[in-house]
Amino acid sequence: MASESPRANLNPLSLHVPEPKFRPGDAVDFTSVDIPAAGTARRPDTADDAKDFIDLAYSMVRVLDEDDRAVGPWNPKLTPDTMRRMLRNMALVRAFDERMFRAQRQGKTSFYMKSLGEEAVSVAAAAALAADDMAFPSYRQQGVLISRGCPLEDMMNQIYSNSGDKLQGKQLPIMYSEKRFSFFSISGNLTTQYPQAVGWAMASASRGDTRIAATWCGEGSTAEGDFHSALTFATVYRAPVIFNVVNNQWAISSFSGFAGAEATTFAARAVGYGVAGLRVDGNDALAVYAATEWAAERARTNQGPTLIEHFTYRAEGHSTSDDPSQYRSAGEPTAWPLGDPIMRLKNHLIAIGEWDEERHAAQDLELAEMVKTAQKNAEKNGILGHGLHQPLDTLFDGVFEEMPWHLREQRQMMLDEEEASGRPWARK
Amino acid sequence: MRREWDGEEMGPRFRGDDGVWLVNDVIETETEIGAEGATTRMNMIQAINSALDVMMMRDPDVVVMGEDVGYFGGVFRATAGLQAKHGKTRVFDTPITECGIVGVAVGMGAYGLRPVPEIQFADYIYPALDQLVSEAARLRYRSAGEFIAPMTIRSPYGGGIFGGQTHSQSPEGIFTHVSGVKTVIPATPYDAKGLLIAAIEDNDPTIFFEPKRIYNGPFNGHWDRPAENWSKHPGGEVPEGYYRIPLGKANVVRAGEALTILCYGTMVHVCQKVAEEAGVDAEIVDLRTLVPLDIDTIEESVRKTGRCMIVHEATRTSGFGAELSALVQERCFYHLEAPIERVTGFDTPYPHSLEWAYFPGPVRIGQALKKIMKD
Repeated sequence: MASESPRANLNPLSLHVPEPKFRPGDAVDFTSVDIPAAGTARRPDTADDAKDFIDLAYSMVRVLDEDDRAVGPWNPKLTPDTMRRMLRNMALVRAFDERMFRAQRQGKTSFYMKSLGEEAVSVAAAAALAADDMAFPSYRQQGVLISRGCPLEDMMNQIYSNSGDKLQGKQLPIMYSEKRFSFFSISGNLTTQYPQAVGWAMASASRGDTRIAATWCGEGSTAEGDFHSALTFATVYRAPVIFNVVNNQWAISSFSGFAGAEATTFAARAVGYGVAGLRVDGNDALAVYAATEWAAERARTNQGPTLIEHFTYRAEGHSTSDDPSQYRSAGEPTAWPLGDPIMRLKNHLIAIGEWDEERHAAQDLELAEMVKTAQKNAEKNGILGHGLHQPLDTLFDGVFEEMPWHLREQRQMMLDEEEASGRPWARK
Repeated sequence: MRREWDGEEMGPRFRGDDGVWLVNDVIETETEIGAEGATTRMNMIQAINSALDVMMMRDPDVVVMGEDVGYFGGVFRATAGLQAKHGKTRVFDTPITECGIVGVAVGMGAYGLRPVPEIQFADYIYPALDQLVSEAARLRYRSAGEFIAPMTIRSPYGGGIFGGQTHSQSPEGIFTHVSGVKTVIPATPYDAKGLLIAAIEDNDPTIFFEPKRIYNGPFNGHWDRPAENWSKHPGGEVPEGYYRIPLGKANVVRAGEALTILCYGTMVHVCQKVAEEAGVDAEIVDLRTLVPLDIDTIEESVRKTGRCMIVHEATRTSGFGAELSALVQERCFYHLEAPIERVTGFDTPYPHSLEWAYFPGPVRIGQALKKIMKD
């Protein structure tokens, strides 16, 4: 309600509510997105003071140029073998995503999240980290798990909540926990992993360990308080941690403007904390590798944390539960100026004579076959909703290390219920 | 607000109000320090300090962290001397972000440490709720045991110190409602040390609420009378070394036949005084641990006495007393000779000037006692 006595001599205030540039039906034009040329960002020493390269939080580290060459000081100069391995892992992630997305549509599981267009963010980071550096992922880092060699079948068992799921069907599909691959249990609550990664890194440092931590969140969830708690802790104790902000432009239906992107970059969040901030072309596997390698070196030499904004684009919906055509223009994914990360690395390898279309097509077939085989094997352990894959009473396991009386009592109540119901679920 | 508790400015003034907030009051000891099995007189702060010290010596994975806990030793002095003895990487100050403190403790637990974070006042624990409820409490379950959160969150709680609404709350019911968290509340220095050691050794997350009103003495509810300290109370005699009191075991502090009083924290002492003054042969059960609850002791007592009164400082609606009342009704209904009585704080924010009108003291408990003892 307007004030009863407005000051007639002053202009009325107005509230700014961000609005994305394009909505369904709009023609897409991304020419206003500022994309600096590859190779132009400088590469500071990993021991430099964070305040001496603040400009990097506002520009963009890019290595692969428009002619598919690797250029500039950030070129990690990887061997063709390493690049082919990254290419293969990215393609495998995409094949896995495709298959599991379809499995959800076929009613074999309740939920899935693809990482189409963001494969480089996880795969190239995993390639630059040590295999035992601790990952505190968000829900779209399947690329880390796949790069570290987690058997696809194990991941699928979890997605199906079947008898092979070592999480006993307790978690939503894709919320993996893989301690053997230094991959922390994924939470659905946003950015809670950020302070946890800092705590792990602090523990590692206090023990004179050599392992560092890396964590990921989306640009939308940088708004959570945990993000700021984590950065404060990390800068205070110079924790050996890498903060990855995957800026894929969309948080379900909210564009990045609702997390503050209209005013500044996400890498710039680091500046206020005195944390090193880098902004990276997230669809350029070599740039992601180079930035991660740099940040890892900084962390491992006790120079403290780095925040890396990966500028990328979420080419699919947030999950199987939303339809992006309802809130954004269908033209966005193909118009995205940074292209497809797989295509870009593939073209680079072809340009330097280390790859060709035939091998690429053969690899795609091989990977699709591999995923299909894993799926067949996983489905032998059951799919969600088809029978009971875990003994009924596992519902009560793991609330505490030892089960207190009230849970034992409730477990018995459930077993009695099952018997009384005449539906012996446990024996189906 | 919390900064004001640091220095001498506020302290003496509060002590002047009722003469009891003597957190720097050191009880002289005649026992030889360090003697194996020897006991000494301690107040609750010293007992907690001793528990932390003992556990830090026994287990290199134990780390203590929180606002002001390091160099300064905590606003209530519970961590005094620990940093000097165990070093800055094991006892350290943190930024003022409760969400961060608990979140970082989850990560440290995942690494293999055994963190004992302090939340300076229970009233400030809410920013940490998501890390507690969605993360620490469920980590074992959601990872099928791959990762655990073996942390003990210490936090002073409860009223009676003129702390107003931001230094007096009793939020235990919020945590007992969460699956996967244990909630422990000691009532004496002896219990505080033994229970804290058990909580630290426990592999699940534990909320350890310290009734700050009885840090220095067993407050009996008569705020207008001279304060007592722990020097004469049997619970102030504390072993210097390691011992543990298992979680989930209540303590019958007074055996009786007339009725059962279920209570914990400060209320254990208030209830004892009220029963004594009324000349009622009450059986007073100090629950010590709310989750897991010692239901056997409760049942046995209520079946014997046929009457049950539940007393807590916390607000009434959906308080832990409601759970206790339901349990007793479910299990002891045919033994009950009178309706269960609940004596609690009111469903208002904790007041400042009207503290003693809010506090479930001798008058409120005494009236309930009369009511439940009527034929």
